[in-house]
Amino acid sequence: MTDTNPEADIVENAPETLPLDAWHRAKGGRMVEFAGYHMPIQYEGIMAEHLWTRENAGLFDVSHMGQLVFTAEEEGVDVAAALEALLPADVKGLAAGRQRYSLLLAENGGILDDLMVTHLPEASPFDAPGGYYMVVNGATKWEDIGHLREYLPDEVTLSHLYEQALLALQGPKAVAALARLAPGVADLTFMTAGAFTIGGIDCWVSRSGYTGEDGVEISVPAEDVEALANLLCEQPEVKPIGLGARDSLRLEAGLPLYGHDLDEETTPVAADLGFALSKRRREEGGFPGHARIMAERENGSILKRVGLVVEGRQPVREGAAVLDAEGNEVGRVTSGGHSPSTNQPIAMAYVPLASAQAGAKITLSQRGKIYTGTVTPMPFVPHRYHRKGA
Amino acid sequence: MTTLYFTQDHEWIAVDGTTATVGITDYAQSQLGDIVFAEVPAAGTRVEKGKEAAVVESVKAASDVYAPVTGEVIEGNGALGDDPSLVNTAPESDGWFFKLTLADPSELDGLMDEAGYKAFVDGL
Repeated sequence: MTDTNPEADIVENAPETLPLDAWHRAKGGRMVEFAGYHMPIQYEGIMAEHLWTRENAGLFDVSHMGQLVFTAEEEGVDVAAALEALLPADVKGLAAGRQRYSLLLAENGGILDDLMVTHLPEASPFDAPGGYYMVVNGATKWEDIGHLREYLPDEVTLSHLYEQALLALQGPKAVAALARLAPGVADLTFMTAGAFTIGGIDCWVSRSGYTGEDGVEISVPAEDVEALANLLCEQPEVKPIGLGARDSLRLEAGLPLYGHDLDEETTPVAADLGFALSKRRREEGGFPGHARIMAERENGSILKRVGLVVEGRQPVREGAAVLDAEGNEVGRVTSGGHSPSTNQPIAMAYVPLASAQAGAKITLSQRGKIYTGTVTPMPFVPHRYHRKGA
Repeated sequence: MTTLYFTQDHEWIAVDGTTATVGITDYAQSQLGDIVFAEVPAAGTRVEKGKEAAVVESVKAASDVYAPVTGEVIEGNGALGDDPSLVNTAPESDGWFFKLTLADPSELDGLMDEAGYKAFVDGL
């Protein structure tokens, strides 16, 4: 018996260890190589961890991700304007303590990475009043840093917070569990952030995540992350959750994974991430790929990212082909697997625009077998974010 | 009388005369994790030693199950279609994959017994 599609992200160099490495192993985590690090794929089992997170609260170590801070070298330097030259987000319109999803774009409008950017208030553990905090993907962080250093003006200082770890606490009971330790976090709403002391540790907490559930992401000094992880896991709602469930949770939530559902060949319009293109930026332009992206908005992209529910029980995974009526390959499945919450195979795929409407039947081919998928609006499992006013 | 053999690919084969039952080991299911799909060969299928005979999929990945010996399938385990998690809960009993008639019993000679397989797994 052998794996026919092992999906570890292979890197050339020996994987590095994260600050919680020994903690994961002590908790029974099965470690795999991911994005250049040893990371836990699961503890008790992907299915149980997935369902626990949907019902309770799951603790994820995402310290492999890149945490960056942008500040002005001197008075009068407009950091927001500098970032807007590289991202399609309305960075200037981002109030202090507010966070936004955005994309690092190549000159041709291709996606170099997807990320979160936050406008820092006066008080944060990063000692960067008025600066911007950014979280980028682990597998792409070094290239992102290179790109940002190359294209940002010298007057903008980029600091890589490599001594900060990052935890995500996700699930309907996540905030109740954390509020026991830091009552103020309950006042955060979706996509807002602030500085909090948790068990005496200075943390930066944002109400956001990658599961579709309510929850938070917590930036914490690497030297304190084990104490924080223990404090969180002492709460009865909280269990550690591995990368396997992180992937199935985000797939059910319809959230793309960079390097799989997004890459330099995909544009924000093809990826169905039009919400990341702020209105003012669409009108004013001034970000990479603006002309191409606006033309695609107007006329449609050739392919579009859609959700599929696959008939039968067998998962159709990344790499499966989308076929037209004549059997020609016209698209590709970019993520796919079993959905623990809906108990059926689901997938994300790029399909021709004419086949991208809900209900369209899509023919898929995987290892010589034919499957049928139905285009289904995402998310597959409703988001339960704690939005302002909700 | 049933004799149990094991392969380095983590299949077990329980042989009784010229018929045998094939499945994956407890070690294999624990490595795969939650099984969400299993496809077994239909009766009459000829399977060859070392070649793909069945498919098992966990939440994470698809894997092939190889035939430990050459033979003709008598029965595939239909219960796995409705409840693939039997492979997790009872890998070496109710979670069997298929039964076959042995083409050449001498093919069993190179396989491990239970103690040999345990030593093999301990060495992994």
